[in-house]
Amino acid sequence: MSNSSPIGSVLVVGGGITGMQSALDLAESGYYVYLIEQSPAIGGAMAQLDKTFPTNDCSM
Amino acid sequence: MITLSKVTSITGEEGNFTVTVKKYPRYVDMDACIACGTCAEKCPAKVVDEFNEGLAKRKAIYVPYAQAVPLKYAIDRDNCIYFQKGRCRACEKFCPTKAIRFDDVETDITLQVGSVILTAGFTPFNPAKFDNYQHARFPNVVTSMEFERILSAGGPFAGHVKRLSDGVEPKKIAWLQCVGSRDMNRCDNPYCSSVCCMYAIKESVIAKEHLGKDFQPTIFYMDMRTHGKDFEKYYDRAREEGVRFIRSRVHTITEVDASGTLNLAYVSDTGKRVEEEFDMVVLSVGMEPAQSGIDAANILGIELNPYRFVKTADTSPVSTSRKGIYVAGSLQGCKDIPQSVVEASAAACQASVSLSSARGTLVRDKIFPAELHVAADTPRIGVFVCNCGINIGGIADVPAVAAYAKTLPHVAYVEEDLFACSQDTQEKMVDVIKKEKLNRIVVAACTPRTHEPLFQETIRNAGLNAYLFEMANIRNQCTWVHSQEKDKATAKAKDLVRMAISRASLLEPIPDLSVPVSKTALVIGGGIAGMTAALSLANQGFSATIVEKSGILGGAALDVLHTWKGEDVPSYLNDLIRDVSANSNITVLLNAEVIDASGFVGNFETKVRRNDSIQTILHGATIIATGGKAARVDEYGYGKNPRITRWHDLENNPEMLADANSVVFIQCVGSRDENRPYCSRICCTTSMMQAIAIREKSPDTSVFILYRDIRTFGERELLYKKARELGVVFIQYSLDKKPVVTETPDGLLVDVFDPVLQQPLQIQADLVNLATAIESAPNEDIAGFYKLPLNAEKFFMEAHAKLRPVDFASDGIFVCGLAHYPKPIDESIAQAMAAAGRAATVLSKTAISVSPLVSKVDTGKCIGCGLCAEVCPFGAIILEDADGKGYRAKNISASCKGCGLCAASCPQKAIEMLHFKDEQILAAVCAAGR
Repeated sequence: MSNSSPIGSVLVVGGGITGMQSALDLAESGYYVYLIEQSPAIGGAMAQLDKTFPTNDCSM
Repeated sequence: MITLSKVTSITGEEGNFTVTVKKYPRYVDMDACIACGTCAEKCPAKVVDEFNEGLAKRKAIYVPYAQAVPLKYAIDRDNCIYFQKGRCRACEKFCPTKAIRFDDVETDITLQVGSVILTAGFTPFNPAKFDNYQHARFPNVVTSMEFERILSAGGPFAGHVKRLSDGVEPKKIAWLQCVGSRDMNRCDNPYCSSVCCMYAIKESVIAKEHLGKDFQPTIFYMDMRTHGKDFEKYYDRAREEGVRFIRSRVHTITEVDASGTLNLAYVSDTGKRVEEEFDMVVLSVGMEPAQSGIDAANILGIELNPYRFVKTADTSPVSTSRKGIYVAGSLQGCKDIPQSVVEASAAACQASVSLSSARGTLVRDKIFPAELHVAADTPRIGVFVCNCGINIGGIADVPAVAAYAKTLPHVAYVEEDLFACSQDTQEKMVDVIKKEKLNRIVVAACTPRTHEPLFQETIRNAGLNAYLFEMANIRNQCTWVHSQEKDKATAKAKDLVRMAISRASLLEPIPDLSVPVSKTALVIGGGIAGMTAALSLANQGFSATIVEKSGILGGAALDVLHTWKGEDVPSYLNDLIRDVSANSNITVLLNAEVIDASGFVGNFETKVRRNDSIQTILHGATIIATGGKAARVDEYGYGKNPRITRWHDLENNPEMLADANSVVFIQCVGSRDENRPYCSRICCTTSMMQAIAIREKSPDTSVFILYRDIRTFGERELLYKKARELGVVFIQYSLDKKPVVTETPDGLLVDVFDPVLQQPLQIQADLVNLATAIESAPNEDIAGFYKLPLNAEKFFMEAHAKLRPVDFASDGIFVCGLAHYPKPIDESIAQAMAAAGRAATVLSKTAISVSPLVSKVDTGKCIGCGLCAEVCPFGAIILEDADGKGYRAKNISASCKGCGLCAASCPQKAIEMLHFKDEQILAAVCAAGR
């Protein structure tokens, strides 16, 4: 903690499954989050997958 | 959420960064667009659809996919006829809400933030440059990502698997592994991409489901790497279901005829040249760091490793070279979804540690007006029938539906809306509710899945309880299904509205439910995972108690000298133990054991026994970090001869190696067999490191590694490469031909069958080191106290294998480290940080709101049979002693998820579900039959 009065917000770059989880956790624990995504919608590569191993759950 | 944007600059330091973000124009007003799809229907420009990997077309105005968030259209400027040729504007002409903005421009946004987390992900390897695989020339050679889209019900062929050359269903498909991975000759990706073996098996299994039992899938591989939790069982099942696995690299693919059938040439494991025909080939392409991620990393000024992934250390797996900037997911290194999610929570935790003094300074809770007391009032139902542009109104006769609604009992007000969800309609709805004194609301529109929360917020703004609301889905379940049958659609819409109104007249307000939170955590286990979790919480200002069974902190890591990147574990561990011991927020209880527990999220009560005294600890969150250990086996003569050792014995006793001329490592000892049908994940890498160390120190010592599949996943593959370069001899064996170790007067003799030479070999060995399976700690008691599930191998079962890898189904309890599954130190640290980050989402609140849609027991009717407590998956119903009258069921509403299992199983009908009471459901059902 180099700064004595830090800013209570976080920038998350990338709206795939990882970025979404980071953003949710931070928002849930009291921080303002900016989630930026280069494409028109969040979801990332996982949204393109049909099912996921090892449970064969639908990706959506 | 800011879409269509990227970071362009950053200044400042940890805790106080100024970041500029360039936001590209969408050309569609997000507030006005209601995603009706009319624009895309009218747009004449057909464009290659990148979401479907180029296998389908989309329009120049589009949403990437049906479930996209935000569900708002965007114009792809490069392909828009108006932008390219100066005329068209069809979308603008037909848009019912006037949402098109051709004059939208690029803007720069400046953000003040305390931390940055980079999660820009990966790009699938592009195999176009591989002329041997002919992806660019042969239509029936597709990439794995293309095949995902082919399999998808939302994909280009609606889930119907067919060849691209002629549309015929394939009978034989070959998957070729390691395309763009583990390859220095034809591309520069020496690392293993970690996920391709599993996704190839998954694609083959799912394809078989689609194509039937005659379908023949074949996977050509180098090593099958199914090293994750429950992956080995998935591999076993695929073999049983008829997926054929061939250890070989296909060298040539040719087309045999005009239909596009392919001929594959390869060398079998017995050295024979084979040619075989297949209908399709799927290239299992690897991962490369996304270019956008590399660009962002350069702008943020953080270091990359030689393979252009973001550089991190094993002991700080989500920290970049710049303080205050963190990385998570596949931009940090190739990994699967669960590990990405773990790192996501870990990075959130680290950002939270750094900014904890500013927690809560920039967020505000929304305040709603006080609720009106309408429960006892006669229902005055307001009905809002939505046209959804032409989605509903173009098919069903909305004025007729609205007129019909007016005739139904208790209906006080009816209106038609063009778009019930639009901002201006929402505002009007609040006014109407107040003016007409409405006390139950029905919206007949689209699906509650996406829109119920919006309307609930609207009626709360008018002073009504959120649960005095009901939706009738007259779009997805009506006009979309009956688009060609307008009269039937209208009749069905009337039925659905009548059902919703009947139910609405019986709805009751349900008060919010919240429970106070004790801002402390209990961490069970004092290894690296437990200590890291406790420290990550303590550094955010929460207190934590570590309960450790043994007399010292450190756990399994006490035996380990180096992480796989070569970092010094003993000194890291010393520092960690010192930091934990010195931290005033952490209490360490050594020689202590959990003997009982009760309670729920925010309010756990755990009994701990220590030196014959028992203390009760109150805590808001629980972290399970009970660890694991290397199995003691009686195989290969272990325990009978001091020359036969396991795991780190040789490293920790280097004098044993002093006069050794030959060392043999045997892998998978007790792993991947009937007793333990899982891969222990870390053994290949550990033996590799030891083999390298021996060859580097004494190049004359012969080192052999007897293995089944080498599983040096990710960049650990570089260790495998180095070991081969240093002359370590690798001999593959199979379960039916295990090596045999015999004692001789002057050492040991190892017999093994070499599949390359197709001959038995005999190795004179001075030392044999066994990589025995990693086992879970005896977890049954802890699992019982907290009602947590274990898998067949006694590792804790997380809430969801993919999306909730550190949570349990029960709130407020988290898992990390070897208690979850065998894993290396870097992954244990990441998961411990993730568990702390997830626990902080609980501990940072003074009270937790839980869904009030819970079950309620009528103790007058309850006979104490206990069926409800038995079927409840969340431990939300317990049996209480009823003063000599036997037992009665008791709700723990904070733990209840409202699934309804208890109500359905109760033989006395003594349990009802709030908001879904029998009479409410029956009202709708009876109305349907009217």
